[in-house]
Amino acid sequence: MAVEAQTNVQMQAANQPVVNDFALMVATKNGSGSQTSNAVIIRSLFRMGIPVSGKNLFPSNIKGLPTWYTIRASKDGYVARKAVIEVAVTFNQDTAAEDIANLPPGGVVIIPSDWKWGKSRSDVIYYEVPVKELVTQAQIPTDFRDRISNMVYVGAVAALFDIPMDMIRRALLDQFNNKEKPTQMNFGVAELAYQWSKENLVKSDPFRFEPMNATQGKILIEGNESAALGSLFGGLTVVAWYPITPSTSVVDGVLENLNLRRDPETGKSTVAIAQAEDELSAIGMIIGAGWAGARSMTATSGPGLSLMAEFAGLAYYAEIPCVIWDITRMGPSTGLPTRTSQGDLIFTHFLSHGDTRHPILLPGTVKECFEFGWRAFEYSDQLQTPIFVLSDLDLGMNLWMSDPFDYPEQPINRGKLLDAEQLSAFISEKGDWGRYKDYDGDGVGYRTIPGTNHPRAAYFTRGTGHNDMAVYSERGDDWVKNMTRLRYKIESARASLPQPVVDRDPAVKIGIISYGSNDSAIAEGRDLLAAAGVQTNYMRIRALPLAQSVHEFALTHDRVYVIENNFDGQMAQILRMEISDDMRHVKSLPCGDTLPMSAQWVFDQVMAIEKQA
Amino acid sequence: MPNALGLERQDYRGATSTLCPGCGHDSISNQIISAAYDLSLPMYRVIKLSGIGCSSKTPAYFLKGSHGFNAVHGRMPSVATGATLANNDLVAIAVSGDGDTGSIGFGQFKHLIRRNVPLVYIIENNGVYGLTKGQFSATSDEGQELKYYGRNELPAIDLCLEAIIGGATFVARSFSGDAKQVQTLIKAAISHRGTAVLDIISPCVTFNNDPKGNKSYDYGKKNEIALHEIDYMPKGYVPEREEITVGDYDAGEMIEVEMHDGSFIKLKKLEQSHDPRNRSSAIATLEKSQTDQLFLTGLIYYEEPRPVYGETLGIVNTPLVSLPAEKLRPSQDALAKLMQSYM
Repeated sequence: MAVEAQTNVQMQAANQPVVNDFALMVATKNGSGSQTSNAVIIRSLFRMGIPVSGKNLFPSNIKGLPTWYTIRASKDGYVARKAVIEVAVTFNQDTAAEDIANLPPGGVVIIPSDWKWGKSRSDVIYYEVPVKELVTQAQIPTDFRDRISNMVYVGAVAALFDIPMDMIRRALLDQFNNKEKPTQMNFGVAELAYQWSKENLVKSDPFRFEPMNATQGKILIEGNESAALGSLFGGLTVVAWYPITPSTSVVDGVLENLNLRRDPETGKSTVAIAQAEDELSAIGMIIGAGWAGARSMTATSGPGLSLMAEFAGLAYYAEIPCVIWDITRMGPSTGLPTRTSQGDLIFTHFLSHGDTRHPILLPGTVKECFEFGWRAFEYSDQLQTPIFVLSDLDLGMNLWMSDPFDYPEQPINRGKLLDAEQLSAFISEKGDWGRYKDYDGDGVGYRTIPGTNHPRAAYFTRGTGHNDMAVYSERGDDWVKNMTRLRYKIESARASLPQPVVDRDPAVKIGIISYGSNDSAIAEGRDLLAAAGVQTNYMRIRALPLAQSVHEFALTHDRVYVIENNFDGQMAQILRMEISDDMRHVKSLPCGDTLPMSAQWVFDQVMAIEKQA
Repeated sequence: MPNALGLERQDYRGATSTLCPGCGHDSISNQIISAAYDLSLPMYRVIKLSGIGCSSKTPAYFLKGSHGFNAVHGRMPSVATGATLANNDLVAIAVSGDGDTGSIGFGQFKHLIRRNVPLVYIIENNGVYGLTKGQFSATSDEGQELKYYGRNELPAIDLCLEAIIGGATFVARSFSGDAKQVQTLIKAAISHRGTAVLDIISPCVTFNNDPKGNKSYDYGKKNEIALHEIDYMPKGYVPEREEITVGDYDAGEMIEVEMHDGSFIKLKKLEQSHDPRNRSSAIATLEKSQTDQLFLTGLIYYEEPRPVYGETLGIVNTPLVSLPAEKLRPSQDALAKLMQSYM
């Protein structure tokens, strides 16, 4: 394939340097403390001004199973997972053979010299580092030795690929909140390894880092923390949750940033964080809170979402605002808890029995995780319905570069919520007030919350059949009227929810439709396709139900590729369900191979069809 | 006669009940209405919550001036938890049944109690599934026979025992046929700060009212043994005696307990010797009632209020729903500083 071929050519020409355009993979054992080392490398590169991204491929395990962390530097600013990884730090004996086998010719291996092993390949470059000896030399207390030994590869990587040691030191200080002692202990080992590598390793590969100026003013952050911050800026007051990978760090993010929302006088929090006994309870709590007037939120993943199904239908039918983040992992079933996926799309859209259809927001960047974090509450209040936000493990748990987040441009808007005074005015103007009556013709009624001191504020909320005065009803005409209004309300959301991001040239006849965390792979994939002579237009969907422009985009190209990271092509199915025209030109390209999508995969899939076209 | 709010008793009523005529649940609804009227409860501050089942329909039949929420089966506790976190100024009255609480919602019931969510939790316990036409519930007695489902071979769950073990600070059992006791316990429960559990045996006249069965009217009328005579004295009452410590009860005739809101409950000793302030003896009393097949009613367990859930979570005293916008959204400057820290 084009890219691989190009990389190999670069590698073979060893005298031609490869600067800020390669990926480094660190293989260790889970729980060995390598997270610190990897964060230090990635932050150092970011500080050097080099566009960088990190992908953590970790096991569902606390200690001992293999884990891989990939750091990609890209002078062109590409941040998707790279299919070909040039440098392998193989610090896990269990996987070293396979890790080395996966390298391209000309690849680099950094490996402890303490092990007994045979060099399996003659077309890669080996750098052997005496890990034990260096750690002993650094006089590290025994208890810390295992964890700190990972600092050896930090020193070796810095020496081999030119990361200044003062950058490493600064990143360590960041990592340890400016605490001198742990910083010094770690830095001591890294520096010894650096010196040893400079003196003993003969550089024979072409890879190098060089300072750039491409990260100025940018931030480096995970999607889940961004979601938490967005929620905190959105007026979140009640969080209920049950821990589940990979969503846990959303609520951790709320906890870690709670200082933003403390009362300055008492130090008490304006956000209640309730750890529920299960997801059934978590969603019950946020529905109760939303009903009572809070801005409430939960974060979960597939198995939790399955448990929430019944309550989701209640909130939809009784029209109660609340926000549910689904940080998607691989299903069905327990599936692969630590692998990314976009496989909850259809299930979430229709979550619950009966005729239920939920609005979904689809953030594609960490910046959108923040933005949708606060906007979800706005939509939920204004549409009076649960809003689901579908992120995934890749977007949520990996570090992404971004422009700083924008402050919410509108003040908090609670939608059609009447206080006692407004209710009096409303009744004198309209003659009555019925909770589910469509006064404005937009399908959204006016609500009151408990505690409203007005003799007519109370109404009865129920999941059973009701008429527009919120009175129990088994009448068919009441049922149909209510469902018709609900359908109209959700249909209207097509225009009010975030509209797709489109890059389109009218002359181009091939379109790509995608959504969520695939954005970086699509962007890079399109550049590869263009270089191979295939021009594409691109539409990134940001919400369900689909915007009208999606229909138009799908029908005005000769070929449309719906690219997504699940196994069954769920967005393509939704398109086919919604569009009754001939859809034979719309091709579903689902990846669903457990990994974040790579540009190479996008290129290969599209080219395979384009070559025949 | 109008109460302190100028409201008549009928103002506290709800819609007309659609339960079977003679249903025990309707008499409990009536006692809730009377209690709320007597206490001059402002209805706008009350929320009524329930799950699914015959019992869970009843919140529509009392306190029409209060917001009500008929949630999903067995999971009203989580809804109540969220609502009371959002607004700690609300008085929550929850109604559940033995299926709702003892089976599908058993986990939520236990966790509600463990968190000490401030609410009155009434179980209208009839030992049978009514809406689905008469299946055994988890509180049906071992050996009981029902028309279509034969003999129940499983032991009954004692919901009061579960409540005490789970950490409830106010646990009572009553009988829907004992109107005065039900009403007094409801008033005391409303005055209590924390989860107050009332397990009220409430006969199902359609599916479980065979005089032989111990959830029937006949059985209740004939066999109820009140642990004490209980009276509720509203705020402003001056106690007749000094505070009594645990253990004094045997010597005296009466216990007076001051509730969180300044009201008192007076417990006058009858034949049984029972001090509700002693956890282990409360548990022993319930176990004895099981082994000796005694239908004991009254305040089974009471302890001094401990922090309620919002307090243990460290949230501000102001109801979260009453916070002004500037307390809900940090400043632009705060965001700028935050962004700096990620650079």
